[in-house]
Amino acid sequence: MKTFPIGGIHPSDNKKWSKDKAIESLALPDQVAVPVAQHIGAPATPIVAKGDKVLTGQLIAQATGFVSSNIHSPISGTVTAIDMLPCGQGMQRQMIVIKREGDEWVDTIDRSTELKRECTLTPQEIIAKIKDAGVVGMGGATFPTHVKLSVPDGQKAEILIINGVECEPYLTSDYRTMLERGEELLTGVEILMRALQVDKAVIGVENNKPDAVAHLRDLIKKNNYRGIEVMALKTRYPQGGEKQLIAAVTGRQVPPPPALPISVGAVVCNASTAVAVYEAVQKNKPLIERVVTITGKHLEHTHNLKLRFGTTFQTVVDYAGGLPEGDVKVINGGPMMGRAVVNLAAPIMKGCSGITVISGRDVARHKEQACIKCAKCVAACPMGLEPYLLSKLARKKMWDRAEEHNIVDCIECGCCSYTCPSNLPLLDYIRIGKQTVMGNIRARALKK
Amino acid sequence: MNELLLTVLTLCVLGGLLAVILYFVAQKFKVEEDPRIDEVEKMLPGANCGGCGFAGCRAMAEAMVKNDDITTLYCPVGGADAMHAMASYLGKSAPVKSPQVATMLCGGTCAKRPKINHYDGAKSCAVVNTLYVGETGCAFGCLGYGDCVSSCQFGALSVNPETGLIEVDMDKCTACGACVKACPKGLIELRKKWPKNRAIYVACRSKSRGAAVMKACKAGCIGCGKCEKVCPFGAISVENNLAYIDPEKCKLCRKCVNECPTGAIHIVNMEPLPKEPKAPAAKSPAAEPKGEVKTESTK
Repeated sequence: MKTFPIGGIHPSDNKKWSKDKAIESLALPDQVAVPVAQHIGAPATPIVAKGDKVLTGQLIAQATGFVSSNIHSPISGTVTAIDMLPCGQGMQRQMIVIKREGDEWVDTIDRSTELKRECTLTPQEIIAKIKDAGVVGMGGATFPTHVKLSVPDGQKAEILIINGVECEPYLTSDYRTMLERGEELLTGVEILMRALQVDKAVIGVENNKPDAVAHLRDLIKKNNYRGIEVMALKTRYPQGGEKQLIAAVTGRQVPPPPALPISVGAVVCNASTAVAVYEAVQKNKPLIERVVTITGKHLEHTHNLKLRFGTTFQTVVDYAGGLPEGDVKVINGGPMMGRAVVNLAAPIMKGCSGITVISGRDVARHKEQACIKCAKCVAACPMGLEPYLLSKLARKKMWDRAEEHNIVDCIECGCCSYTCPSNLPLLDYIRIGKQTVMGNIRARALKK
Repeated sequence: MNELLLTVLTLCVLGGLLAVILYFVAQKFKVEEDPRIDEVEKMLPGANCGGCGFAGCRAMAEAMVKNDDITTLYCPVGGADAMHAMASYLGKSAPVKSPQVATMLCGGTCAKRPKINHYDGAKSCAVVNTLYVGETGCAFGCLGYGDCVSSCQFGALSVNPETGLIEVDMDKCTACGACVKACPKGLIELRKKWPKNRAIYVACRSKSRGAAVMKACKAGCIGCGKCEKVCPFGAISVENNLAYIDPEKCKLCRKCVNECPTGAIHIVNMEPLPKEPKAPAAKSPAAEPKGEVKTESTK
């Protein structure tokens, strides 16, 4: 069974808490705050004003430039404010606040549930539709999908890889999507293949989800999806990283930045993104909702919920029976790559695949001790870096040396911090180093 | 015995020969350096802090000697005295800059700005800043892990454990600006240094609206603009819900201090104006203390 060649760890996957919970829809929120920056790239520019009436699915903020994404209204109602409001981490972000009145949709959106498989659009038309619908990578990185699909001149995509790995512990939203919306997913894959003009697609799924693998294989066989293969991969974190998944599936190594996966002929899309692409192209439905897992060992209930963007963390936590007693950590995403949330009134955004509630003795970090140079972090790093060294260089602000040691290659997966026996916050410092070095590189490029 | 003598002799001859070669090589490839650079370097403080924008004192000295116009160069540590001495030595005109001091613009003490979450990760402001806003509800306030303290070469900064805020020792501060760069929240500003270490500043950098500020911190600037109206010198401007006192225009009259409803305007080494006349008759008697203060401060 295939997997990526170097590094990686085996955290306990903890998916049992929510894996058997079918996707449910939550009652529509009475008010939503929709951030204009829910993606990587330039924030969108609001095109509505206070007092405007909007419909569900109506464009409310327009993409600013190429690497940006449209934002649509997740509910129908009146815009009550466009203001700077705190996000989950407490930072001030521009948000459009909408008060709900009923649930009226834009009439071009096809809300029927029947599968529409036929697609005769040209690749350009498909990409334009995806762009209009504001589809972004839903695995967490939120890179605009239309940018990914626009293959630069002189390069050619050979293979489409669908990321159904979901290597992050606890989260089960992609897993439930694969099980419950398999047909839509596969049709989405067909559309993506058409857009990229490739005849081969591989859906990578880790072997801790054998039923998803079997289900998708069944559907492919039964309904004759040509060129799509489901590949079971050996469970190992961070298999869902773009470069790791390409290495696992094709055996090819993506060169260091600024090279993109397309340089080895691969394009990677998340499984939920494929469903969003299907809805955008076949049903004219913009990205206004997604499946979010709410999970945790001590929660009263766990769920896989279909949520409109702008629903608050508080609403979801309350639906799960409230926070457990004592110290808790609410994480936007999974425990490895997610970010702790301090403001539960913050909205859920396009990149939020789950909310993990850590409680009890798992909350506190262990006491930091001296590095014993055991090199466990070096063995765990899936990018072949030396985390102990990068962390030290970043602490000492030796940016040039950190750059020489390829700090910008770090994918921030957290394997180093997870594996460190001295409990050093390795990634925390590497992240600062990476940001600073990337800033330095950009400044140098501007000078030239 | 003979062998020993031979070895010593050979080495001596070899040493002598090499010395002669080295002497001629050194003469031939001598690097001509302006002797004034050494002199100027001696006049600089020698802290190598980088406050001037150069890599160290030597680089600064080189620039001082090479550039004809040195008015753009300034050593904040040596100050005006050192700059004058060097300029007169070099026969150039010295830059004019009033002395400055680092000022920390956050007044959100533990009591005024309650903690709403607990952080137990790496004790570094830079790390916290990449993760989230910090333990309090204010996105702009001091984090208190002291990145600036460790950046200061002169021991001028310290964390006050009671308030959780950074304090500046104005006598030790040389205004080199290292802390300004170290603070990820941009809370430290180099402000004009008044005589007797007096200072006045708005101890807040929050650009949030008043209601949000009040929720997070009882000592923040809510951008009400009362200080702007009362300032007779036009030194105060309110922008993005935040007041700012321009130290070049301010005359230390302190009228704004009593106006501020949250006490966000801090004064150092000065007495506040008496508060009594304000309560019984709001406007007219207020004119008297104003006059007094003005004359006092202009003296």
